[in-house]
Amino acid sequence: MSARTLLGVKRPGRLMAEAAALLIAVAVAFPLYWMVLSAFKPAGEIQSTEARPWTLAPSLDSFRRVFEQQDFGRYFLNSLLVAGTVVILSALVAFLAATAVTRFRFRFRTTLLIMFLVAQMVPVEALTIPLFFLMRDFGQLNTLGSLILPHLAFSLPFAIWMLRGFVKAVPEALEEAACIDGASRTRFLWQILFPLVFPGLVATSVFSFITTWNDFLFAKSFIISDTSQSTLPMALLVFFKPDENDWGGIMAASTVMTIPVLVFFVLVQRRLVSGLGGAVKD
Amino acid sequence: MTTHTSPLKAAPAGAAGAGGATPAARPPRRGRSVSPRGHSGWTPWLYLLPALVLLAGLLVYPIYQLGLISFLEYTQAQVSGGEPTTFQGFGNYATLFNDSQFWQVLLATVLFAAACVISTLAVGCALAVLLTRIRALPRLALMMAALGAWATPAITGSTVWVFLFDPDFGPVNKVLGLGDFSWTYGRYSAFALVLLEVLWCSFPFVMVTVYAGIRAIPTEVLEAASLDGASQWRIWRTIMAPMLKPILIVVTIQSIIWDFKVFTQIYVMTNGGGIAGQNLVLNVYAYQKAFASSQYSLGSAIGVVMLVILLAVTLVYLRLVRRQGEEL
Repeated sequence: MSARTLLGVKRPGRLMAEAAALLIAVAVAFPLYWMVLSAFKPAGEIQSTEARPWTLAPSLDSFRRVFEQQDFGRYFLNSLLVAGTVVILSALVAFLAATAVTRFRFRFRTTLLIMFLVAQMVPVEALTIPLFFLMRDFGQLNTLGSLILPHLAFSLPFAIWMLRGFVKAVPEALEEAACIDGASRTRFLWQILFPLVFPGLVATSVFSFITTWNDFLFAKSFIISDTSQSTLPMALLVFFKPDENDWGGIMAASTVMTIPVLVFFVLVQRRLVSGLGGAVKD
Repeated sequence: MTTHTSPLKAAPAGAAGAGGATPAARPPRRGRSVSPRGHSGWTPWLYLLPALVLLAGLLVYPIYQLGLISFLEYTQAQVSGGEPTTFQGFGNYATLFNDSQFWQVLLATVLFAAACVISTLAVGCALAVLLTRIRALPRLALMMAALGAWATPAITGSTVWVFLFDPDFGPVNKVLGLGDFSWTYGRYSAFALVLLEVLWCSFPFVMVTVYAGIRAIPTEVLEAASLDGASQWRIWRTIMAPMLKPILIVVTIQSIIWDFKVFTQIYVMTNGGGIAGQNLVLNVYAYQKAFASSQYSLGSAIGVVMLVILLAVTLVYLRLVRRQGEEL
């Protein structure tokens, strides 16, 4: 950005800053590098006390162990199913709600907005206990539904809050024009507004995807006996053993669990940064 | 315009100007319906219906239940033994407040969250400023590394950091020459390790947001200050910080809320709260009370305490936002 020249930073100063930035980037990326590296290291090297930052004999043994010993593929699909369902449903529900609070004026609108804000602050972890009984009473324990429903609900307040800016940004003249052309409100909503707000929906969906994909507490509390319904975090914990942790397995499982989120993040990162700026300034 | 029901009604609807984008056109009274009569009065509620139903069932009702359980005697006997529940009044809270471990955990939670928030904000802001000083390539490198850390699930981040600091096979002890020093054995070193992981995965949010905020400051202002000979520190203090205040408030409050409820990192890295519970924070403490020792009412009481503390933080936040005259 031009600020650096405007601020009159001298060249050596900038080079120092750039060197520092690169060093920090390396340090920040190192844990991820180490994770992937350890996943590919042969068993002997992981358990060696030398801890070399490279490997000359990469092997897929750890990954094979992960996919064979545990029902890992199934856990992976379960996680994908839960996160995917939450992302899609939450985007649709939040889009409707955000449209309601930005494009209409009605009684209790401000109250509702404040409630959405307050709802974001509720420590959902504290609600594990009542949710556990709720799921039990509805026979949802040990089902993926017990993970989808709470995450869907908890992702809404933030998603609505963030989408507000995107819906607001669509000029109202467009709606006027659509209605003069005879488009019904439903038609305007889904065929005009929805595609225009879609980038915002993507940025918002990152957050619901991540919180759902990362969820550990609900997965641990609600899926208690039927392991065929488990999600990835549970599969990861299996490799922690009281006597000796299987670090190769843990790192391979961690890699498999991290990669979908990383891919998702890289794909939407531009929208994410601008969306975040928009939501915060808004 | 927004609030028409049919093309025929479009003309009167035009005056309503519902969107907040043009508040100047006709300042709408807060909470007053200015939409025309007819079906449009129901439309927003129809749009809101799915969201409100979900939130009522899965957020509001559980909060009510949480409060209710905290006033009952609710243990294994009531959950699966079919014994009747009895009303305890504030008995559970009395038990909790008389337990010295609760106060110890509360103090640890507050101090740990404070340390996390302060370090996250300091690192995030410093790196955001650094990002504005460097050319595109190193900036991209730092941005990508930060996004990677941000995207990493809390549970895999925890396992990786534990492995990095493993006394036998981790590289950190080798490099620092610490031998087989166990980070999770001591109370403070275990908290420090968790703090590092939390810092690693939460500074990117602050960095990216503050960076976006700095980029939004008009360059003329910075240029003028620079031409007038203002120092870097002065520019930050008198121009950037005030202009970034709304963003700084958001990231501070978000950090407080996130760091106060850290669960996964503590649970995974210190194996459920550390040796003899030395690394417990409120969230993990409530979980252990409820699901490990089946004292659901005590766990709920702890949950209520957390809820009240975070609600207080939220109210402060709302006041700050409102004071800036932000239109909702």
